[in-house]
Amino acid sequence: MGTQALIRFEDVEKVFQVRRKAGRLRRERHEVRAVDGISFEVPRGEMVGYIGPNGAGKSTSVKMLTGILMPSAGRVTVAGIDPSRERLRLARRIGVVFGQRTTLWWDLPLRDSYELVRRMYRVPDARYRANLDRCVELLDLADLLDVPVRQLSLGQRMRGDIAAALLPDPEVLYLDEPTIGLDVISKAKVRDFLREVNAEHGTTVLLTTHDLTDIEQLCRRVMVIDHGRLVYDGGLAGLHAIGDSERVLVVDFDRELPPVEVDGVRSVRVEGPRQWLRFPASASAAPLVARLAARYPLVDLSVREPAIEDVIGRMCAGSQGL
Amino acid sequence: MRLYAAVLVRGFRRYATYRTATLAGVFTNTVFGFVIAYTYIALWRVRPHLGGYDLGQAVTFVWLGQAMLMTTALFGGFEAELIDRIRSGDVATDLYRPADLQLWWLARDIGRAGFHLLGRGVLPMAAGGLFFPLVWPASPGVWAAFLLAVALGVVISFALRYLVALAAFWLLDGTGIVLLASLAAIFFSGMLLPLTVFPGALGVLARALPWSALLQVPADVYLGRDTGARLASALGFQAVWAVVLLGAGRLVQSAATRRVVVQGG
Ligand SMILES: Nc1ncnc2c1ncn2[C@@H]1O[C@H](COP(=O)(O)OP(=O)(O)OP(=O)(O)O)[C@@H](O)[C@H]1O
Ligand SMILES: [Mg+2]
Repeated sequence: MGTQALIRFEDVEKVFQVRRKAGRLRRERHEVRAVDGISFEVPRGEMVGYIGPNGAGKSTSVKMLTGILMPSAGRVTVAGIDPSRERLRLARRIGVVFGQRTTLWWDLPLRDSYELVRRMYRVPDARYRANLDRCVELLDLADLLDVPVRQLSLGQRMRGDIAAALLPDPEVLYLDEPTIGLDVISKAKVRDFLREVNAEHGTTVLLTTHDLTDIEQLCRRVMVIDHGRLVYDGGLAGLHAIGDSERVLVVDFDRELPPVEVDGVRSVRVEGPRQWLRFPASASAAPLVARLAARYPLVDLSVREPAIEDVIGRMCAGSQGL
Repeated sequence: MRLYAAVLVRGFRRYATYRTATLAGVFTNTVFGFVIAYTYIALWRVRPHLGGYDLGQAVTFVWLGQAMLMTTALFGGFEAELIDRIRSGDVATDLYRPADLQLWWLARDIGRAGFHLLGRGVLPMAAGGLFFPLVWPASPGVWAAFLLAVALGVVISFALRYLVALAAFWLLDGTGIVLLASLAAIFFSGMLLPLTVFPGALGVLARALPWSALLQVPADVYLGRDTGARLASALGFQAVWAVVLLGAGRLVQSAATRRVVVQGG
């Protein structure tokens, strides 16, 4: 990778000193290791998922990537810049959406906030108009542009915030729970939009979410963190292998049969002519199907993938889950 | 700079949308103007030339106070919103934008003050002029000097309140200090009584504190009491406070930023 990496984390740590009440007057200092030695690289143009249970250190990582938090140890580099040293120089090149926070001006129509974004990031006129048109179309903002932000619903505001982050054509986009609280339709819109931005502009995207459908639909690569450590970094498929999960083959025979006995599968349920067969997620389904078809009167079949939630839940066992 | 001009315009426009609220405010200012004007008249009958003002000047002072109350935000303004952003952590999102936090809020507040000068200043002053023999500036030069003094007062008012708001980075509860700052502004600006009325050390102190720039100084400029060298020193007094307080705001802002960036708020 080397020079190709746009985002780089090298043994990054973030330790918070917190003071807690211990008894009436005494206050105890203790440390929270929010990020505890994480390293990874994200090449330009990639869209990666950054997931893990509550308190895993996701938002803390994103804050270090924007420069509003300085790592306690290790090194963060984004587009060759150390974010916390040169926060404002980096600011022109990144887009950030914290789902829980807004950068929009509360009392004014969306359009005004966008005008200010245009000035702040010095977006050329033609570029600005093209980007705004695209955002308005894909995020369905046409009817919202003249509504004061405080009157927008959560989902509308979120779409407004995402558009604001993308108007200046950032090279990198960090999204911290951008689909939190959105309905199915808004989520689909946001996902389509992000896919298009990534495909058309090669925008590098780091996406944090608790909705794993976001990840499944958008990211080929996923990083799982737990207790401040990177516990998985790779493809979605590999996640299943690591989490030693199982897939389910649902088969229909032409008549009722006793539970099948074939190497590599386990019959876990029988319902008339239909049976549910479990097999390791890492195994290929085709030879199994061939073996089954050779010995049984197979009529129909389908394969069910394991729920990714289960996989990650098992990986981060001991935490609160996703 | 064009960014901050755009912010200023929107700060103005934000208030311009609330027409009913503005009219209600004008009504309140006018009622208070009447009540306080009659109180002053009673007082000045007993003690003519109190604080060096004749009756006409004293009554004009009252109406100037009502007209400038909102402009120099004696009851406070944007602080509540900034404090909210600090306490909720939203302020962090302001830090990764390529804009300066202090200039951003200053531009907003100047826009707001501009609206309040027109929307909440002109009408009460006109109402006062209808019913009381007010003093009017003798020349365009005095008007210009007055507007400059008001502008400096607005900046000083902003700078003071910005410091108050930034205290929220360190204090768990910002309401106490906001209230305290507002009381100080009302008393030391001359809103209750012209500062020239206070004798001795209290008077000297009151006139040296930055709050006097919010009403006392502009009012004296308006009344034509400060001309020539005295005018220059009055405006200079304001300018020095503006620079000092804005500078203090920058220092505190960078300490606050460091705190957020290093410790996480
Ligand atoms: N400013 C801070 N001061 C002290 N502790 C903090 C601070 N910010 C975060 N933490 C702690 O660091 C840990 C990681 O928090 P972080 O917000 O990064 O988690 P997260 O992965 O984003 O979780 P979630 O899914 O709930 O958003 C938590 O234990 C949290 O309490
Ligand atoms: Mg988080």
